[in-house]
Amino acid sequence: MIMADKIILEVARYSPEQDTKPCFATYEVPVHKEWVVLDALNYIKDKVDGSLTYRWSCRMGICGSCGMMVNGEPKLTCATFLSSYAHNGNKIRVEPLRYFPVVRDLVTELSDFLVKLKKVKPWLIRKDTVPLSQGEFLQTPEQLDYYKQFSMCINCTLCYSACPVVGLDPKFVGPAAIALAQRYNLDSRDQGAVERIAVLAHPEGIWGCTFVGECTKVCPKHVDPAGAIQQYKLNAVLDWLTSFLMPRGHNSQDVKP
Amino acid sequence: MRQEIVKAAPAYTEFHPRWYRAPVSVYWWLGQWRYLKFILRELSSLFVASFVVITLLQVRALRNGPEAYSRFQHWLQSPWMIALNLVSFLFVVFHTITWFNLAPRAMPIWVRGKRLPEFLVAAPNYAIWLVASVVIAWFVLR
Repeated sequence: MIMADKIILEVARYSPEQDTKPCFATYEVPVHKEWVVLDALNYIKDKVDGSLTYRWSCRMGICGSCGMMVNGEPKLTCATFLSSYAHNGNKIRVEPLRYFPVVRDLVTELSDFLVKLKKVKPWLIRKDTVPLSQGEFLQTPEQLDYYKQFSMCINCTLCYSACPVVGLDPKFVGPAAIALAQRYNLDSRDQGAVERIAVLAHPEGIWGCTFVGECTKVCPKHVDPAGAIQQYKLNAVLDWLTSFLMPRGHNSQDVKP
Repeated sequence: MRQEIVKAAPAYTEFHPRWYRAPVSVYWWLGQWRYLKFILRELSSLFVASFVVITLLQVRALRNGPEAYSRFQHWLQSPWMIALNLVSFLFVVFHTITWFNLAPRAMPIWVRGKRLPEFLVAAPNYAIWLVASVVIAWFVLR
């Protein structure tokens, strides 16, 4: 591919003290073959305008901090190469992640997501207390495989920006939080599925999801939150049916191998 | 001190004057094909329902005797009914394909500790669809 030596970056700027809404600033950035969008932003901050504000940390798709809208798509900017946009007239539009309140420039407010995440109790819950002397809870590779995909989430919130339900109903628990709840529901060491039902099997939980499926497509860690939600829906219906047919002795959402 | 820490914990705030909240347009689904495709998939349920209504009307006409049935057949042959059926057919095919493709995601099947590949879960749906279509075609066209 022939690459131009410059690329135009249109970056959303918003200063809460001065602006009522964001506007775009245009920057010309040199293109290097290995550069990602985050490198271009770092170039702007270092050489052109030090006031540009955005989050980033690891540069390698692990920390989940640098999620932004790149040409209208939620992306980790550290994994989005400038060269992929050469066909686009060498223009890249960078905006803060959609559906989140903007604090400044490209920085979004995440406390709402963190509250939702905590609500689904994404940690191991035990009904019994096993003394330490009995050793660790052992798990087979098969039992690990059962939930491993859902455990890869890095909380980058790209899936929230891809989900129109999140935009239309801000109370929707959302893809990542439900996928992480399911990660613990499917863990052989966990006994907390019953405690998560109230938040998950709720109109603002799994039943809010209309299976647009975009959360899964944008996920940089291949978590498949849409799959997690549909699987939970299926289990919730089966659970309701069993409780209806056998009022006693059924095991709510206990779907572990 | 402990109380202060709890108070400082992040919480959802309905209104914050300094944050910018972009309004969500009513036409959010128009700009990108992936969202338009989703809306069309949802809309396809109306056409599935229209097929059900037509079938119910057909059963009623069948019950009301040969005269009523030929009146029903005549009604089906009107150009706007043909047009509606054609559009419905396209939507129903779209509905079926999109849902069959989504089926493996909602139903992971584990065999001996390994998850079956997605196409193996989707394929039986398509196979049953094909067999049912052939059987119905055989009845209608023989």
